[in-house]
Amino acid sequence: MKILVCISNVPDTTSKINFTEGDTKFDTNGVQFVINPNDEFGLTRAMWFKEKQGATVHVATVGGPQTEPTIRKALAIGADEAIRVNAEPTDGFFVARQLAEVVKNGGYDLIIGGRESIDYNGGMVPGIMATLLDMNFVNTCIGLEIDGNNATAMREIDGGKEKLSTTLPLVIGGQKGLVEESDLRIPNMRGIMMARKKALNVVEPVDAPMPTQDQKFEKPAAKGPVKLVEADNVGGLVDLLHNEAKVI
Amino acid sequence: MPVLVYTESDKGKFKKNAFEVASYAHKVAQELGDIVTAVAVNNDEHETLGKYGVSKVLNVSNDQLDTFNAKAYANILAQAAEAEGAKVIILSSSADTKFLAPILATKLNGGYVPNVVEAPMSTSPFVVKRTAFSNKGFAHTEITAKTKLIGVSNNAFGVAENETAVNVEDFSPALGDGDFTTRSVEVDKVMGKVTIADADIVVSGGRGLKGPENWGMVEDLAEVLGAATACSKPVSDLGWRPHSEHVGQTGKPVASNLYIAIGISGAIQHLAGVSASKTKVVINNDPEAPFFKAADYGIVGDAFEVVPELIEKLKEFKAQNG
Ligand SMILES: Cc1cc2nc3c(=O)[nH]c(=O)nc-3n(C[C@H](O)[C@H](O)[C@H](O)COP(=O)(O)OP(=O)(O)OC[C@H]3O[C@@H](n4cnc5c(N)ncnc54)[C@H](O)[C@@H]3O)c2cc1C
Ligand SMILES: Nc1ncnc2c1ncn2[C@@H]1O[C@H](COP(=O)(O)O)[C@@H](O)[C@H]1O
Repeated sequence: MKILVCISNVPDTTSKINFTEGDTKFDTNGVQFVINPNDEFGLTRAMWFKEKQGATVHVATVGGPQTEPTIRKALAIGADEAIRVNAEPTDGFFVARQLAEVVKNGGYDLIIGGRESIDYNGGMVPGIMATLLDMNFVNTCIGLEIDGNNATAMREIDGGKEKLSTTLPLVIGGQKGLVEESDLRIPNMRGIMMARKKALNVVEPVDAPMPTQDQKFEKPAAKGPVKLVEADNVGGLVDLLHNEAKVI
Repeated sequence: MPVLVYTESDKGKFKKNAFEVASYAHKVAQELGDIVTAVAVNNDEHETLGKYGVSKVLNVSNDQLDTFNAKAYANILAQAAEAEGAKVIILSSSADTKFLAPILATKLNGGYVPNVVEAPMSTSPFVVKRTAFSNKGFAHTEITAKTKLIGVSNNAFGVAENETAVNVEDFSPALGDGDFTTRSVEVDKVMGKVTIADADIVVSGGRGLKGPENWGMVEDLAEVLGAATACSKPVSDLGWRPHSEHVGQTGKPVASNLYIAIGISGAIQHLAGVSASKTKVVINNDPEAPFFKAADYGIVGDAFEVVPELIEKLKEFKAQNG
């Protein structure tokens, strides 16, 4: 089985978000970039398939040279090879189209992406990719077993979960649950040394439309101070929620 | 060219979000001078959509569709959009709809923007405002593709009544085996409980509650409020509560009208996922807990004293206000 894990390079979850150039760009100043958390769960599940079922694991990202430390980290965790499509990922369809090209050229059976990138929260790249490639697709995937050509996937639904049965080739949009937090791996020295010798292939993008374009960004309005209610006046809170906030 | 809206059903009844997306579609249609056409699957309460400005309903009845199937549903909506010549399609933010939306957008060669929080800022060019960076920012996104798909955030636009006469037409899209290559085997859903996605009010507990045995009061509070229950990430990692209750940046997003956080410190990753909620209440015994900075109302106190008292006061309030 050949697996491709799609990795988006995102600001660390603790990052402060600012915009620059007249609020048209995300300000990367002082921001630490990491593997998108949803993709890290997927990568870790892929490592399980590698170790238990002999799968080959490649990782791919669409991004400029500045994303290389993030994909090197994926190699240090244990992926066999990496592909970087040398283009700015500004639109979900554009990114999906690039990754679909990587999939076609590499002949992958299983493509693991994340439920969403935590930066632009598009939640669309895996679904678009699957449709372009005419492959099966499972979103918000929280469990995946592969047996030959058959796949059993668990997906999160509103208020519970659903078990699905499908076949390879398959694309998933994964999240926590694919593996647990405690299964995540921190690259060790040996992994980091090995990663330096692994292939990181840079390919140029194919032409693709960009059906959406971010024109401008803004930050949420500053919040007023919290209204504190004394612990011995809980009734006062009920009053505020009813008369002022009008939410009960 | 009507504005097309997908109004979701659950067991033959419209979900709450169906009325919200219908209201949103009506607003867009008004701006474009068009009418609203809804697509409803295995539902016969079509008249109720008229209340929210829907003029026409494409009624799909098909036993094969009793269980949601993303590919098949996307195919139905694509055929409906083509049959109606619709160029603007309004969708909700439910898990099912977020599953089918990218498939649908690709089939229609459209531009899809999720997490939209208000009516379009302009329709020519077509620009919508959406959340980005897990609620730490907003983007004004232009959809340049001919076909535009808008995913409306839960509770962001609200429900607006616009009484309209409804015309129902049966619609029988062609579906083939290829639409059912992914099959549902089993659905495991808590019955009779409000889900986080649908809830107006969410009551959430953190590590400050010390252990799973103390969740009774969280559930009781949720019950008086008709709320859904949720938790912080460590609480689900520790197995005190199911994963499906984990909210935040890496968990479920919350966009309720009221979010009550009990014994939750307010880490940036937690706040990122819940700050779209309109009113936030924090109960925490540490006045320095970061959540107070992000909250509207707060009580500095011991949850084990404050919460039972709050339940009592709410019961009294309910008794007086029906
Ligand atoms: C990549 C990444 C992603 C993450 N994603 C998420 C996410 O999606 N969601 C999420 O929630 N977290 C997430 N986290 C974890 C986050 O950083 C925090 O660790 C977590 O939110 C803390 O949970 P907590 O507030 O329940 O616990 P704590 O931080 O331990 O806070 C407990 C709080 O309870 C209060 N307390 C204690 N006793 C009482 C009492 N008797 N009465 C009232 N209050 C009391 C304390 O004062 C304290 O403020 C993520 C972290 C990382 C690194
Ligand atoms: N630039 C990118 N490079 C590689 N994979 C990506 C990129 N952007 C998104 N993805 C994948 O698609 C998933 C969903 O991303 P999005 O649609 O951007 O929210 C991510 O979790 C990744 O797996």
